[in-house]
Amino acid sequence: MARIVNSMNIQNGIKLIGSYSLLMKRVFVKPEKWRIFWRYFFIELDKLCIQTIPLIMIISLAVGAVLVVQTASNLENPFIPKMYVGYMVRESLVLEFSSTLIALIIAGKVGSNIASELGSMRITEQIDAMEMMGINSAGFLVLPKITAATIFNPLMMLISFICGLIGGWMMVVASGMITVEQYVDGLQYAYTPYFIVYSMVKMAIFSLIITSVSSFYGYFASNGSLGVGRSSTRAIVVCSFLILISNLLITNIML
Amino acid sequence: MIKLTHIWKSFGEQSVLKDISTVFEKGKANLIIGASGSGKTVLLKTIFGLHKADSGDIYYDTTLFSSLNPTEQRLLRQQMGILFQGSALFDFATVEENIRFPMDFLTDWSIEQKRERVDFCLKRVNLSNVQRLYPSELSGGMQKRVGIARAIALNPKYLFCDEPNSGLDPQTAIIIDELIYEITQEYQMTTIINTHDMNSVMAIGDKLIFIYKGEIAWEGTKDEVIYADCATLNDFVFASKLARKVKEMHTIS
Ligand SMILES: Nc1ncnc2c1ncn2[C@@H]1O[C@H](COP(=O)(O)OP(=O)(O)O)[C@@H](O)[C@H]1O
Ligand SMILES: [Mg+2]
Repeated sequence: MARIVNSMNIQNGIKLIGSYSLLMKRVFVKPEKWRIFWRYFFIELDKLCIQTIPLIMIISLAVGAVLVVQTASNLENPFIPKMYVGYMVRESLVLEFSSTLIALIIAGKVGSNIASELGSMRITEQIDAMEMMGINSAGFLVLPKITAATIFNPLMMLISFICGLIGGWMMVVASGMITVEQYVDGLQYAYTPYFIVYSMVKMAIFSLIITSVSSFYGYFASNGSLGVGRSSTRAIVVCSFLILISNLLITNIML
Repeated sequence: MIKLTHIWKSFGEQSVLKDISTVFEKGKANLIIGASGSGKTVLLKTIFGLHKADSGDIYYDTTLFSSLNPTEQRLLRQQMGILFQGSALFDFATVEENIRFPMDFLTDWSIEQKRERVDFCLKRVNLSNVQRLYPSELSGGMQKRVGIARAIALNPKYLFCDEPNSGLDPQTAIIIDELIYEITQEYQMTTIINTHDMNSVMAIGDKLIFIYKGEIAWEGTKDEVIYADCATLNDFVFASKLARKVKEMHTIS
């Protein structure tokens, strides 16, 4: 982390933000043909979101289970009711895990996928070929990715949340550390629907960051296949960094 | 016809094109020849507008490219067909979708019309039954053919090919050269081809410009190239043992 901050002098930073904004200006324009846009929207939806669901489900199930064990074994104090386990699991999932940590995982998987895909299209001159046909390559290639992920991923947060709760429940049943009734009581205790909204909004913003930033690094990749690898690494690092910072900002604004 | 007058282009400190002026005629194969790194690709990309010249003018027939507004430039680009060095086929799309791509975006043709045109273009480059394959499933020579088919999809007036036979075996290379040449004559296109392959030069070099370190060091035709009185050109042309031997035999007889 220190190296990134060091190497990021202010002038470079401003240049990066400038070219990122210019790219986004070309991305967010009305598609030339809506039919083509929707076609690629669903392709990207499948590639970036649907195919990520299994990974997210497995991780969330496991983390839900681990949260139950950790909380239960830390609640030795007899004055704290056992249902507190369920409450803690729910709050951890909804506030942080199912949005921020899942977003970091998505940044690793989806971000590198996008950056390397666009990067290899750049170095093999496919993007140049599109531009030369008079097609807005930025809009064509990037807009479906951003919209698909930003629209769908709040749902991914819900999927993760539900899987986490199920994982916890499975652990409760398997280990018998607390009773299922206690766990379910805890899940319902002091329930704030607004937290779910907050988390879904966070996820939408994180997805916007992941897809647009990794598209940016891929779109401007250079120096052959080595450069593609480098831009995909850089995309993940920068995305993660921005996710953490915006997490702070959004939390301050929304909570 | 494409005319260049005093084109200069540099990247940072490095001056890549120096005062390039020439004319490329219609219905002929115009070859830009020169060693690797001499600036052929940069010149070609500057001509078709992917790089912007630092100074100098480019005329497409009577139109000065830099005088056009973005919309007009876009329309002119639709009259250009480009075969990139690595073919640059879209690897997310099948052969048919690749060739249909410019039609999907730029025309209002019906599905049948597009399919007909795809089949026509594929037939023109002597390919059949490849519509459903992906570029990664094709050989290098087939990829070039599909690249040509895509380049001619909208019936361009100008055709640009960057090293169309690099990475191909000599026989396939000749076939690709001849294909480009036939298409050029058949549709009376203004065709510009980058190459460092002397076989292409001798086979289809209606007009040659020899680039040496970013400058035009020699201009002429394939019939003149053997007798040219230009040291750097001779080093380039007679680089191979075979070529030198042929020249010796030629001068003896
Ligand atoms: N985008 C670019 N940025 C900086 N330098 C470049 C760029 N493209 C080409 N060059 C430089 O221009 C010179 C000519 O390259 P090029 O036109 O690709 O040669 P070739 O004749 O092999 O096609 C090379 O020295 C190359 O390093
Ligand atoms: Mg080149």
